[in-house]
Amino acid sequence: MNPIIIDRRLNPSGRSLPNRQYLARRARDEIKRAVEDFLDKAKGVSDAMDTDGKISISLGGIEEPTIEIGSGGKTNRVFPGNKEFAGGEILERPSGGSGSGTKGKAGEGRSDQDQFEFVLTREEFLDAFFGNLELPELQKKNIMDMVSDGYHRAGFTRTGSPSALSLKRTALNAMGRRLALHRPKKTDIEALEREIENTDDATEREKLIQRLEALKKRHRAIPYIDPFDERYRRLEQNRKPNTQAVMFCLMDVSGSMTEHMKDLAKRFFMLLGIFLMRKYKKVEIVYIRHTETAQEVDEETFFHSKDTGGTVISSALVSADDIIDERYPPEHWNIYIAQASDGDNLPSDENMVIRCITALLPKVQYYAYIDVHSGAPNAKKNKSILWRIYEVLIKSGLPIAMQKVGDKSQIFKVFAELFQRGRKKADALKEGG
Amino acid sequence: MNTHAHGPLLFEGKEWDFGTLMRMEEACAQIAVGELGLNVSPNQLEVITSEQMLDAYASLGMPINYRHWSFGKRYAEHQKPYQRGLSGLAYEIVINTNPCISYLMEENSATMQALVIAHAAFGHNHFFNNNYLFKQWTDAGSILDYLEFAKGYITDCEQRYGVDRVERLLDAAHALAPQGVFHHSGKRKTKNDQKKEKKRLIKRAVDEEHDYNDLWRTVPDLRLKRPETLSEELRKSLLGLPEENVLYFLAKHAPKLEPWQREILRIVSTIAQYFYPQPRTKVMNEGCATYVHYRIMTRLHETGQISDGSFQEFLISHTNAISQPGYDSPYFRGFNPYALGFGMMRDIERIVSGINPLTGAPCTEEELREHKAYFPAIAGTGDVMKVLRDAWANYRDDSFIAQFLSPRLMRNMGLFCIEDDPERKEGLLVEATSKPQDYDRLRMWFSNQHDQSRREPMIDVIHADLSGDRRLVLRNRVHNKVLLAEKGRAKVLQHLANLWGYEVALCEMDYDTDELLKTHKTEPQVS
Repeated sequence: MNPIIIDRRLNPSGRSLPNRQYLARRARDEIKRAVEDFLDKAKGVSDAMDTDGKISISLGGIEEPTIEIGSGGKTNRVFPGNKEFAGGEILERPSGGSGSGTKGKAGEGRSDQDQFEFVLTREEFLDAFFGNLELPELQKKNIMDMVSDGYHRAGFTRTGSPSALSLKRTALNAMGRRLALHRPKKTDIEALEREIENTDDATEREKLIQRLEALKKRHRAIPYIDPFDERYRRLEQNRKPNTQAVMFCLMDVSGSMTEHMKDLAKRFFMLLGIFLMRKYKKVEIVYIRHTETAQEVDEETFFHSKDTGGTVISSALVSADDIIDERYPPEHWNIYIAQASDGDNLPSDENMVIRCITALLPKVQYYAYIDVHSGAPNAKKNKSILWRIYEVLIKSGLPIAMQKVGDKSQIFKVFAELFQRGRKKADALKEGG
Repeated sequence: MNTHAHGPLLFEGKEWDFGTLMRMEEACAQIAVGELGLNVSPNQLEVITSEQMLDAYASLGMPINYRHWSFGKRYAEHQKPYQRGLSGLAYEIVINTNPCISYLMEENSATMQALVIAHAAFGHNHFFNNNYLFKQWTDAGSILDYLEFAKGYITDCEQRYGVDRVERLLDAAHALAPQGVFHHSGKRKTKNDQKKEKKRLIKRAVDEEHDYNDLWRTVPDLRLKRPETLSEELRKSLLGLPEENVLYFLAKHAPKLEPWQREILRIVSTIAQYFYPQPRTKVMNEGCATYVHYRIMTRLHETGQISDGSFQEFLISHTNAISQPGYDSPYFRGFNPYALGFGMMRDIERIVSGINPLTGAPCTEEELREHKAYFPAIAGTGDVMKVLRDAWANYRDDSFIAQFLSPRLMRNMGLFCIEDDPERKEGLLVEATSKPQDYDRLRMWFSNQHDQSRREPMIDVIHADLSGDRRLVLRNRVHNKVLLAEKGRAKVLQHLANLWGYEVALCEMDYDTDELLKTHKTEPQVS
């Protein structure tokens, strides 16, 4: 009987991939911890977004328990390689205790089987991390930014460069035209010429010569190939939709915002940035900081520069609105605004804030506000001025959500609450942290 | 002896193609079947990449399997050291199927492919096909169909009932899988005819869907109509107690499980049963395969079908595979089943033929006397393969060692037995060495050491009150007062309680006296 020989090398690879994904899913808690470490290490928002490296997590927690007989009791074990022992001899117990301390035994155990590193690709990492979260209102914008990644053939055209000339098409057209216009064939003319030579009768000959002249004239008048026949291969750019988004980070840097609060805000912005990267090819970030006036700054300044002053929140909103009008027309951009503040505002600014935010909200996909506080127990309960304003807006069904946060350990939870899949408008008003 | 003409070389150099593999298989078959009298299933050789080898490692060597994170974990465990170059991969994997599938790595040289074909496609193949444990517990012809079914069924359950619920169930089932096998055929069908099983499963799943009628729930079950009137004995016999296969028992009797959950428990149990013979025959299986490859490769060389260089390459590989570091060597990792198995097979060859296989010279008088004294039934009978084939068919590791471990091999390997008795404060006792007065005891200890039933806890279900408090009681029979290890026990019991749905108690009882040593109770967790 002949053996069957199969070449499996061409089989699609990655048969274990689903199991790997299940493992990543299973290890979500571990992965979250890894992400928190990762966020601790990342220097800033764009840094966190650019990291392309793999993330390594240890899976100490993923155990597969089985029932086993314990150690202890009287045991007899056989070993190979006896050189010096004689029967009945008493040996000193090797250090490391009684019972299981028999020489060589350690090698037989299942050595640290449950401790190993599992390297996730960025994709897996993000999937596991953001698995249940989604961007609200994503479907609303169908205006896409088109990007090109090469060309594809798209029929024929009458004009083009000589190199793109389609000989076949051109010849076909020419042939059709020649047939339609009854261009005399060369063979017909030659046959007629031979006939003239062979004809003796003068009148007949004259008639034939006239016909020949007519034929020759027609042959000259109708070209073999006319520019009219030319066809060129047409190439079209590949255009792929590329969703693009811009994220506005608005932060209050007035004197009342402590370093702790800024750190919370930074973590939140980083998460949002990574999250947006997952959905959109292109994510731009605009940093706006404000005291009583607002200004657009770079990331470094945004997080690190020391600046104090009063608080006029509407200034940031106005600034964001201006930048949107100027650079990010809402019909081309998915706009997300994340605002972090301690919620204190100049009382006289309240009406302005309401006016600005109601003008701003129709242009954005989602407006997320985090109310950062010191983490003190009573700070949780207080409703800030801004909080009260937004509360009213949320009730009227606008795309805005907010959470309170006082400690960095709550950031992910708060973030998850804000972007929970299938979250209803009605749930938007929840007090986190 | 030389029945072959000196044939042309099967291959030259390291390169091979499918034609070479085909010729190798045919040349091996001629020797294995024609000269050694092996009885093998048809072979299916599959050439795979190293990545596919890792895949195969991860799913227990099976070409198909259902999805579970633990397989992903296994993959990651093997992948990391392999990528770092810390460990190589096996040259082959062979699967107990019909046709018998052997995986050959593409990186192997031609000589290695010949070795792998001789080892796996003939040695292991013969063993799978003839050993009584495999014949009794596995059906090579239908396992792939069964796995295909299992995979489909579980994927289907994931879609219907959610990945999380299926994952929780599989976690629990895997934890109990060592307790999910039958050890004794007893009253049950001895062969798991998995093809029939598959049909039955599909039919049952469909029927359950169609015929479900809530009314039946209200009709009293006549068998258990008035449980209080049933004697304890009768109730136990209705439940088939005591029951050693815990998964089987749960699938049948757990009060709260849904039909699909019972089915998945059966799947895990069936697959565990398929693998049941493997750890019990490790030494013999590898010994058989190593002995067969050695015989085949030697013969291929004798008959001029492989070159001296190839044979040299083979010998290096073979020698590495059968090395046995001593207890005090830094490389000591316990007994190497290849070394022990091959050593025993060669020893049987010597005893049966009366010829020293290394030198080809007859054994000395003294050696022959020892053979006669210890192996009167086979010493000098001449037909080496007949004795070996019989041993491969009818023994498992512990009984094989008890029957065939020779004094010579004990001496050569320098076996000795250490008794560690916590009572003996002065230290460890060298209980036996390879001296004539110790041979029998040493062999007994060594056989016990390979007796899987002494390494695994003996757990069975002894009581289940389906009408009262619904408590499930299991028993662990304790040898030498060594209780179960704390570490896994609590977690596995938790899984068990979650499956059962009510309180579960595990009583650790002395094997000899039935004295109750300890009871562990676990309540189910509300999920």
